[in-house]
Amino acid sequence: MSRINEEQVKYVANLARLSFTDQEIKTFTTQLDDIIGFAEQLNELDTQGVEPTTHVLDMYNVMREDVVEPSLPREEALKNAPVQEDGQVKVPLIMEAD
Amino acid sequence: MPLFEEGLVSLSQKLHSKEIKASDLVDEAFARIHEVDGDVKAFLTLNEEAARSEAKALDENGTAEEAIISGMPIGIKDNMVTKGLKTTCASHILENYDPLYDATVVDKVKAQKAITIGKLNMDEFAMGSSTETSSFAITKNPWDLERVPGGSSGGSAAAVAAGEVLFALGTDTGGSIRQPSAFCGVVGMKPTYGRVSRYGLVAFASSLDQAGPITRTVEDNAYLLETIAGLDRHDSTSADVPVPHYAAALTGDIKGLRVAVPKEYLGAGIDESVKEKIRAAIKQLESLGAVVDEVSLPHSKYAVPAYYIIASSEASANLARFDGVRYGVRAETNDLIDMYKKSRSEGFGDEVKRRIMLGTFALSSGYYDAYYKKAQQVRTLIKQDFEKVFQNHDIIVGPTTPTPAFKVGENIDDPLTMYANDLLTIPVNLAGIPAISLPCGLADGLPVGLQMIGRPFGEETLYRAAHAYEQTAGFTLTPAKGAMNK
Repeated sequence: MSRINEEQVKYVANLARLSFTDQEIKTFTTQLDDIIGFAEQLNELDTQGVEPTTHVLDMYNVMREDVVEPSLPREEALKNAPVQEDGQVKVPLIMEAD
Repeated sequence: MPLFEEGLVSLSQKLHSKEIKASDLVDEAFARIHEVDGDVKAFLTLNEEAARSEAKALDENGTAEEAIISGMPIGIKDNMVTKGLKTTCASHILENYDPLYDATVVDKVKAQKAITIGKLNMDEFAMGSSTETSSFAITKNPWDLERVPGGSSGGSAAAVAAGEVLFALGTDTGGSIRQPSAFCGVVGMKPTYGRVSRYGLVAFASSLDQAGPITRTVEDNAYLLETIAGLDRHDSTSADVPVPHYAAALTGDIKGLRVAVPKEYLGAGIDESVKEKIRAAIKQLESLGAVVDEVSLPHSKYAVPAYYIIASSEASANLARFDGVRYGVRAETNDLIDMYKKSRSEGFGDEVKRRIMLGTFALSSGYYDAYYKKAQQVRTLIKQDFEKVFQNHDIIVGPTTPTPAFKVGENIDDPLTMYANDLLTIPVNLAGIPAISLPCGLADGLPVGLQMIGRPFGEETLYRAAHAYEQTAGFTLTPAKGAMNK
């Protein structure tokens, strides 16, 4: 029985901001189905009432003083930006102009 | 004999007494790299010019006596950012990335004047168990060039085994320090979660990732962990627990040490040749005065599926930042969403995409409780298994991997077989506890790794036990001289 189909894989790919060829969608559908099937052996365990572990350390809200400290100069911070203009990162148009 | 086979303490003494120079150590590193790295391919980027000038400066101005690692050649895994030295994570998406700062672990070894020789190959974004998912090169095992060095810190383990550096730093999310250390016959420590700062490590799975040392000996490992461990204000998950002088724990005395051997770790799926070496090592510990019991970690078999859900979910969130906007490689299009998709699809390799897809699926509406929450509940059960055993035992002992190093290409097209290879290392990351892998002999000419698992912040006990074993095992593992040249 397949647990995941090509439509779901395309939906998840869009959420993950990835694009695939039709052939890749087929391969990923099979592989993800296998992996999810493998993960379903967790259902053999009764976990009712078991607290989920999100983090192993007994640690909450680590606070610090709110003080201004030196940060990166603008030209440094932009050093790795693929496209920039006037000291800012440039990206394709986000909203249509009127 | 190559200098790197002498060990840190001896080399440091010779350096301070001027019997050798830092330049001799750096010369040995680069001579060895030029001799064997064309075949081993442990390094992605070399830092030769800077390394030679740092060594020269140390030779002229003298090394600091108190810093034992001063002048020592170190290799850095390529997922640790190094200021001004390209850091790629073995991914095309970061192939041009020039970091603006040093990771805390890098900062700490630099402050002690260790000399960075270069950046080491790995599985792309540390996702893999063979270093075959690297976008740039496949690292080979120095013991047999047809075999993988393990992963994801395969470059780090191979470089140490091949004698290209004295020691290296790696990271371990599901076994990525211990498994390659086992495959390459070196010593690798995955410290307690929070023991070492994660600041400046490219995040894979934030609740599991830890950095640690890969070395030739247990003693070297203890010194290197002491250097990199400790609270860091840049990482709020680093622990406010004092850092011991780990080398002081190496007394050789393990009389009365209570050792647990989980029956699941010597059961089905573990090679007979591996079991044989592990049983002999356990006998050795017994002869040194340890008290050995068989125990059970009943949820062991659920660790791999729980891990792949949790680690992939965290990775899918962590890797959302690679979108071609602020750094990395951008694919040019006129539409923003298309730019994200194209940059990511061209920049990431298949294994990374597979994990992002799995994680995004597990976290998506309607599946969250069935997969992600379920896996976190199973994580609790696995953690409790360990807690029960540690009520009556000091360490847990077993193999690091089910088999010795496998062949290049053997598992790469079968994700589930590749994942299953990590069944003995993953439970430790889920529980957040420390574990060390050290060589315990050869099976058909390939190293076998002995894994010792400890209580949270129990690294001293692990070092003591590992050192006592190493000192009496009566072998040192160095690949045959000819093995690294085709």
